[in-house]
Amino acid sequence: MKFILKRLLTMLLTIWVITTLTFVIMHTIPGDPFSSDSDVLPEEVLNNMRAKFNLDKPLPVQYVLYLKNLASFDLGPSIESETRSVNTLIAEGLPVSALLGFQALVIAIVSGLLLGIIASLFHNRTIDYAAMTIAILGISVPSFILAPLLIKFFAVQWGMLPVASWGTWKHTILPSVALAAGPLAIIARFTRSSMLEVLKQNYMKTADAKGLGAAGIVIKHGIRNAIIPVVSFMGPLVAHLLTGTFVIEKIFAIPGLGKYFVDSIFNRDYPVILGTTIFFSVILIVTLFLIDLSYRLIDPRIKLSSRGD
Amino acid sequence: MAQLLEVEQLKVSFRSHGGEVQAVRGVSFDIGHGEVLAVVGESGCGKSVTAQAIMKLLPKRGCNIKEGSIHFEGKDLLKMSGKEMKQLKGSQISMVFQDPMTSLNPTMKIGTQISEGIIKHKGLDKTQAKAKALELLKLAGIPNPESRYNQYPHELSGGMRQRVLIAIALACDPKLLIADEPTTALDVTIQAQILDLMKDLQHKFGTSIMLITHDLGVVAEMAQKVIVMYAGIVVESGTVADILERPKHPYTIGLLNSLPNYEDGEKERLIPIEGTPPDLYDPPTGCPFAARCEYAMEICVEELPKAFTVNDGHYSRCWLNDPRAPQVAEFAAAGRDES
Amino acid sequence: MLEKASHDSLFRPLEKGRLKKEEIRRPSVSQAKESFRRVLKNKLAVTGAVILLFILFFAIFGPKMVPYSYSDQSLASGNLAPDGKHWFGTDDLGRDMWARTWYGARISLTIGVAAALIDLVIGLLVGGISGYMAGRGKLGDRIDNGLMRIVEILYSIPYLLVVILLLVVMKPGLWTIVIALSITGWVSMARVVRGQILQIKQQEFVAAAQKLGTPHGTIILKHLFPNMLGIIIVNLTFTIPNAIFAEAFLSFIGLGVQAPIASWGTMANDALGVILSGQWWRLFFPGFLISLTMFAFNVFGDGLQDALDPHQVKD
Repeated sequence: MKFILKRLLTMLLTIWVITTLTFVIMHTIPGDPFSSDSDVLPEEVLNNMRAKFNLDKPLPVQYVLYLKNLASFDLGPSIESETRSVNTLIAEGLPVSALLGFQALVIAIVSGLLLGIIASLFHNRTIDYAAMTIAILGISVPSFILAPLLIKFFAVQWGMLPVASWGTWKHTILPSVALAAGPLAIIARFTRSSMLEVLKQNYMKTADAKGLGAAGIVIKHGIRNAIIPVVSFMGPLVAHLLTGTFVIEKIFAIPGLGKYFVDSIFNRDYPVILGTTIFFSVILIVTLFLIDLSYRLIDPRIKLSSRGD
Repeated sequence: MAQLLEVEQLKVSFRSHGGEVQAVRGVSFDIGHGEVLAVVGESGCGKSVTAQAIMKLLPKRGCNIKEGSIHFEGKDLLKMSGKEMKQLKGSQISMVFQDPMTSLNPTMKIGTQISEGIIKHKGLDKTQAKAKALELLKLAGIPNPESRYNQYPHELSGGMRQRVLIAIALACDPKLLIADEPTTALDVTIQAQILDLMKDLQHKFGTSIMLITHDLGVVAEMAQKVIVMYAGIVVESGTVADILERPKHPYTIGLLNSLPNYEDGEKERLIPIEGTPPDLYDPPTGCPFAARCEYAMEICVEELPKAFTVNDGHYSRCWLNDPRAPQVAEFAAAGRDES
Repeated sequence: MLEKASHDSLFRPLEKGRLKKEEIRRPSVSQAKESFRRVLKNKLAVTGAVILLFILFFAIFGPKMVPYSYSDQSLASGNLAPDGKHWFGTDDLGRDMWARTWYGARISLTIGVAAALIDLVIGLLVGGISGYMAGRGKLGDRIDNGLMRIVEILYSIPYLLVVILLLVVMKPGLWTIVIALSITGWVSMARVVRGQILQIKQQEFVAAAQKLGTPHGTIILKHLFPNMLGIIIVNLTFTIPNAIFAEAFLSFIGLGVQAPIASWGTMANDALGVILSGQWWRLFFPGFLISLTMFAFNVFGDGLQDALDPHQVKD
């Protein structure tokens, strides 16, 4: 398990680089979050506030303090909302975003793979063209265009689903679909070209010569080999989904992490920006690691001990 | 009794962006029970296409079997339904491919790859199929079958992989085995081992084999009958003795001359056949070999020769066999018998 | 069948040289011509190229076709539906949507092309040095390893998050976005270039050139570069729309170009509040054009990729 250890160390290193980078970027801004309040609040109050958020200490001290807190999983307080810490914000927003992201991921993977496989089996025929038209549309139409359209038709015009916000399972359908569309299209296209490649391989002829029949060949010998390159593509896709939640949660007014993040950008609520960025990065890095692991499980040619490239 | 496999006037063509490529242009041959037929020719002459047409492995789109029939045990494979064909493939007829490195599924254990055909055709359960697969691995000369069973193809050498492919092909005791250049991709020493294995198994089970090769040495060792293909047609056919000792086609003679003769011990110059086969995109009207043939006559350009009967079972598609043609020393040297 | 009489006379040796021993009857075409033919034959690629030219044309001349500028406000004529005067309608401040939309096209295309070009230059440099040095002694390997370690870390940092952070602290504006997009954007190009060079280096013709003592510069210019051109062009057709997409995304979450400058992303963001009240044109025109641009780049890139792949079987 030397590989896993090595990867864990690289992950820690990357997270440290991100934290430092984020910290430095955040503190290069002239002034501090309270400078805009200086004309409404007395100097004394401001100084108290600065002391509360450690802003009165020299930068290296602030950095060490932040890292120390981070090590105990404390992301610090939010400036905008005095009662809630970044940790509470994440604890509140995460379940909502996670559900949304998970549903979108399932929709994207299942329909993307299906669409891609079907298209490849009907290569250069009407079904193929239809599937690829859907895929290209999915890539071309940004989620912030698709989402309002979905709302307009499915919610307002036809009244089939609730317009926005979060509550019942019905509320989750439109945002999940809007979030899944892009990744779905990318997976479909990737699966198609990967499957077309696999269908040309000699081992598919061997399988055919065994008399397994068309369905047997594709299911038992085709799909697994076609999925391998698709899996290696999952990392960017999860990143895509994550940033997608910023837009989707904003449009549908969903109280998730993404919305908090975008709000914190508007409010220039630095601890929240800092905290959520680090949190998102950790999620992505861990996901990449898990994908890498599963990749090695699916493809027996890659040993856990050696590097992929 | 009728032959096991009878191929009659088979024509196969492929659609390409410039037009139609006629890969196989009227090929006929048959294989008897327990017989080994060698199909010889340069690459691109239509050998593999013929084999894949028998197994119905050619792509459904862009490829067209235009004419002819393929009778296996009296039934025409070309008229068979997909379902009937599925039952036949892998159980009655099976195939060993040219490139062992790419012919095994890289993500499936080799044991599973052997047993899946057994489960499919013999209706055995998993444990029975595994027992049969282990037996096959042993038969194919693979040491430690138990541990090999759970390995993946990339853990095996090329020779071992070809043995696995042979095990897969023989899994359901087929009546006909098509071997498409089974040794081409292997090292010379491994080639001999694989050939020995095939010969062994052929003796043991009496399987008929259609052996595709461009190696006449392999032919001499294994086959009873030979067909020589060139540019999608059969240019000469006969017994091994007919073809190797009394060839009656300049192309066959050319192939024999380009073969090193190990037995004589003396150093002999190898004579290559100059040029390349014609492009089947627009095949010549006359004999396709005429352009490369040192005996070519005017007639060869004008008209495709018919199959002349040299003697019973030995046919040659060459105008030199016509009584009007000038005598050719090569033919006499190779034993032109009638004169 | 020929007549029997004439038949007999044909049994005479053929004149030497009447038939060519190696005859290629298929019309032969060069790789470049063949690629061009395939691009043209690929209807989608041609469609994509035509759409892109169309958008480029209007981005240049569109804003001048109407007597309004993108920033002219006229509260009296706010929220007008498209008509003969305002072809794309007006927004809530009475600004002409036609002028704004095509002005936005300029912004989006500029950002896309500029960011992609910067990515290309940095990516070519880093990937090229890394790939070329790999396997060239201890020092070469060390350079390659060092560069790739940096690339690896940058690659695992979520791209848009970094861009968002940078934009939060930098002064907003067009070139800020370009810089923010390029700071991490070059990484994937560097990876592609390095991989490509390593692959080409293994091929015989490069080894042959090296054995013959061809200088490094000539090898790079004559052998490596032409063989990479295809994949670089294809990569560009994907990085440009990605940058356009990223700009629209950033504008949408409020980090894009600042008012009164328009970009497709800011226009879509502005329209979000009014789409339900029936002012469809506010979202439709920028939304449709951004989708059309993405579509055009994607199909063009796909077609190019197919056409430039020499390994692709002709079909």
